[in-house]
Amino acid sequence: MNHRDMFYAFFRVGMLGFGGGPAAIPIVEKEIVEKYKQMEQKEFGDMLAIANTLPGPIATKLAGYIGYRLLGTAGMINALIASVFPTVLLMILLLVTLSSFRDYAWVEGMTRGVMPVVTVLLGVLTWGFFAKSKQDLGWLYALILLGGSVLVIQGFGLHPAVLIAALILFVFMKRERPKAGEAG
Amino acid sequence: MIYWEIFLAFFIPGIIGYGGGPATIPLIEHEVVHRYEWMATSEFAEVLAIGNSLPGPIATKMAGYIGFQEAGVLGAGIALFATIAPSLILMIILLSVLMKFKESPKVKLLSQIVRPTIAVLLGAMTYRFAETSVVDSGWAHSLFLVIISYWLIEKRKLHPAWVIGGSLIYGGIFLS
Repeated sequence: MNHRDMFYAFFRVGMLGFGGGPAAIPIVEKEIVEKYKQMEQKEFGDMLAIANTLPGPIATKLAGYIGYRLLGTAGMINALIASVFPTVLLMILLLVTLSSFRDYAWVEGMTRGVMPVVTVLLGVLTWGFFAKSKQDLGWLYALILLGGSVLVIQGFGLHPAVLIAALILFVFMKRERPKAGEAG
Repeated sequence: MIYWEIFLAFFIPGIIGYGGGPATIPLIEHEVVHRYEWMATSEFAEVLAIGNSLPGPIATKMAGYIGFQEAGVLGAGIALFATIAPSLILMIILLSVLMKFKESPKVKLLSQIVRPTIAVLLGAMTYRFAETSVVDSGWAHSLFLVIISYWLIEKRKLHPAWVIGGSLIYGGIFLS
């Protein structure tokens, strides 16, 4: 795989991935594993699992790592630019155009019209996070964490980052209970 | 200093947002709307809507645009760097270490335990968006648009980009 292939592969990943980074994962797999055959299915799966253990956007972790692994630092930068730059540029062009018309009443109307749709999209996303919490942690722990978060963030006005950092710290400090039947 | 603030505003969501780009949105909103007050809630919602109707990762689109709006091309570059670099550097440096722990229950617990908090932040943001919509457009229009867009996106499985486009036209005509 050369730099040109790398650029086109991640350019397609960026431009075809509607629905944010997580929606782009199958496209990355198609390009890297199926089309260019640069990674085995198993290696891709391992890499994805590791990317998921770290915070932050998933698409850039994948693009950056694959670029680095296949073509070194230059490959990393190439893959990142290809997957991020075109859509950021589109975004800036669209919004700058829109805000140059801001004084017109109909542009303000457009902002108002789109608000309920974003509310729905976020509401659905919220429910997804909630349902997954319940599934992983069970009702009791999910509700305790949910209620605790509401109290601490909305009630005491603590910065959410502090709460999340505390939770991460808690997991690291927690003593791992030895499981029966687990060797070594 | 604006560049340092831009770096922090995107560095923090990038380093604690478990669950990919969408999970970082309420954290970005917290920094951009509430902490640094670069945007009002309605403007943030508009940027998010446009972002959702375009392809590509959402976190970098938000970072790129907001950074650009606050401090030009350099601002966009800094915001993108702060979003991308920390988790990517961790991944490249720690790959062999992480490989050993990827099945560890602790590592799995990490994203599980953060998820309810992200859900609360998303829920609070959803509420603020709904509230702003009712204040700006009234109950009738807001409720109508919420119901019809929920039906189209969730029941008819129509792509959100179409619904966002339609709502822009609706707003331009009926809400101006």
